[in-house]
Amino acid sequence: MEQPKPFLEIRNLTTVFDTDAGQVKAVNDLSLVVPEGKALGVVGESGSGKSVMSMSILRLVREPGRIAAGEILMGGEDILKLSEKALRRIRGNRISMIFQEPMTSLNPVFTVGEQIAEAYQVHQGMRKSKALERSVDMLRQVGIPSPEKRARQYPFELSGGMRQRVMIAMALACNPSLLIADEPTTALDVTIQAQILDLIKSLQTELNMSVIMITHNLGVVAETCDYVAVMYCGKVVEYADVETLFREPKHPYTLGLFNSLPRHDEDRDELIAIQGAVPNPTNLPTGCTFAPRCPDARPLCEQEAPALLDQDDNTQVRCWKFTEKWQETVENT
Amino acid sequence: MTATQPLLQVKNLKQYFPIKGGFFGATVNHVKAVDDISFDVHEGETVSIVGESGCGKSTTGRSILRLEHPTAGEVRFQDRDMVSLTRSELRRTRKDLQIIFQDPYASINPRQTVADVLMEALDIQNIVPRAQRRERALSLLETVGLGTYQIDRYPHEFSGGQRQRIGIARALAVNPKLIICDEAVSALDVSIQAQILNLLKQLQRDFKLTYIFISHDLGVVRHISDRIIVMYLGKIVEIADKKSLFEQPQHPYTQALLSSIPTYDPKTKTERIPLRGEIPSPIDPPQGCRFHTRCPYAQELCREEEPQLLPMENLQAGHETACHFAGELPERN
Repeated sequence: MEQPKPFLEIRNLTTVFDTDAGQVKAVNDLSLVVPEGKALGVVGESGSGKSVMSMSILRLVREPGRIAAGEILMGGEDILKLSEKALRRIRGNRISMIFQEPMTSLNPVFTVGEQIAEAYQVHQGMRKSKALERSVDMLRQVGIPSPEKRARQYPFELSGGMRQRVMIAMALACNPSLLIADEPTTALDVTIQAQILDLIKSLQTELNMSVIMITHNLGVVAETCDYVAVMYCGKVVEYADVETLFREPKHPYTLGLFNSLPRHDEDRDELIAIQGAVPNPTNLPTGCTFAPRCPDARPLCEQEAPALLDQDDNTQVRCWKFTEKWQETVENT
Repeated sequence: MTATQPLLQVKNLKQYFPIKGGFFGATVNHVKAVDDISFDVHEGETVSIVGESGCGKSTTGRSILRLEHPTAGEVRFQDRDMVSLTRSELRRTRKDLQIIFQDPYASINPRQTVADVLMEALDIQNIVPRAQRRERALSLLETVGLGTYQIDRYPHEFSGGQRQRIGIARALAVNPKLIICDEAVSALDVSIQAQILNLLKQLQRDFKLTYIFISHDLGVVRHISDRIIVMYLGKIVEIADKKSLFEQPQHPYTQALLSSIPTYDPKTKTERIPLRGEIPSPIDPPQGCRFHTRCPYAQELCREEEPQLLPMENLQAGHETACHFAGELPERN
């Protein structure tokens, strides 16, 4: 794969939650490159830390969670070291975010036009009347019919798909360089999902934006992303360009995800499920966190955690199978 | 199709919900959630009902079990009309008809242990002598892949996938003939979803179960079904054998639905059939064909006359579709 040019670089990020049951490392020493002008898919199941990772980028993690270590570099600057004031200039401006359920992220007592206009007022110091005009333009750009009328409506008057379009309009109002989309279509019907994915994809190429698409749906990744990071237990276990990942998934967990997928485009007799369940986050295994569920695991995997290592095809995998040490264990056993 | 009597026959089923309003809470209108549908289910098969939010798929399931009292029509189970049963007759019949819901946490009493949950079903139906009920509960746990040592635990001590296993065990407790699975795997992560789908298939073989599988996920549906019913705004638009439906979808809505699913191949871009606008309100559905407001092929006839669900010539027996121009539209799959 082609080495991506980084827009944002996450280095050794650790985000922890202090709970009664002990400390949970939701994001555990994670390093990740967000390529410039490309879409990066972050896939993983519930509890893999993908949402906490994205919230950490904008420092939106709330008590009892906190960012314990790491750097998030954008243009040579560490976001984690910025003052609150400097951070406000980035949030919703250079980096913006859309969430799964638009109804909970829209304010029910303001019209959607006013809510989009706020971005222009706050970040560009625009007068309200001018900002409202711009918000109508924005609604038109995201494909909302009769935008003048819609701008004067309240969120409850719109359907789920429309609300998600409003969220996208709001997120894109200030031409962000990076859009973080956290499960943006999970709550939507499949025909509406298709419309929203097409919209995000076309705006991304048109505006040359970087996108982080957080999803549990591999189909969404295949349709919209250029690169993919697969997460498991707070770590990236595989990083590749989308074609390589779908042609040749390397990590046993990634492979397991593909094998357990019921497909609409082919018949499968039996799904090959991944055995067991995600380990308790307060008590992670010492070695590789996937070892207890891995069909290929050997004693080495339970003793020592593997590192995320570069492969010949420029992809990265966190698995002993792709190291020289693995060969030695074969010879020894 | 077999010549034997179907296990379940749904004839002209209508389920309207009144909208109260006006003076003294008079009924001002109806939501026509299910509007005149008919289909058969044979013993041992899996029939799926698919469609988007508000198409009436879940209501159909609830009406069959008489969790809602149907507005009109017949539901014949083993040739007895469920709609006219008295309360005590209904309770006895429900032994044969069970349901598994999407969210087992919402459908299992959090104050009951697993033993309580399973034995309550046995108490109500009184099919196992009191002294043997706990033993039966233990063997049910093994059947669904849980440990017998977990029998005295409470629902919150289980993960989502394990809770769904409890929901399945409860449904199995009374030896049902037909189980309605209402989005039973939709809330689960793919690796867990695969485990549950495999379990459901195995139980079907072991206990000769018949399933009605309600889902919006066409990948899951393709995996589990023998036949598929596609619903739109309270009507059946297409019924077919799984293979026939996925390979030769006839109704424009089915075609659009299938083309909206993201594919798992990053290299090929699916050619989508764009649907205009959104699903109309079921309070006041469009005249003629209900899909004509969004259909790319709609003609004058579609606006005036409602198409009937008719068998298709040249296609597999049992492939029926409700479209005036079925068979004349461009081929899609």
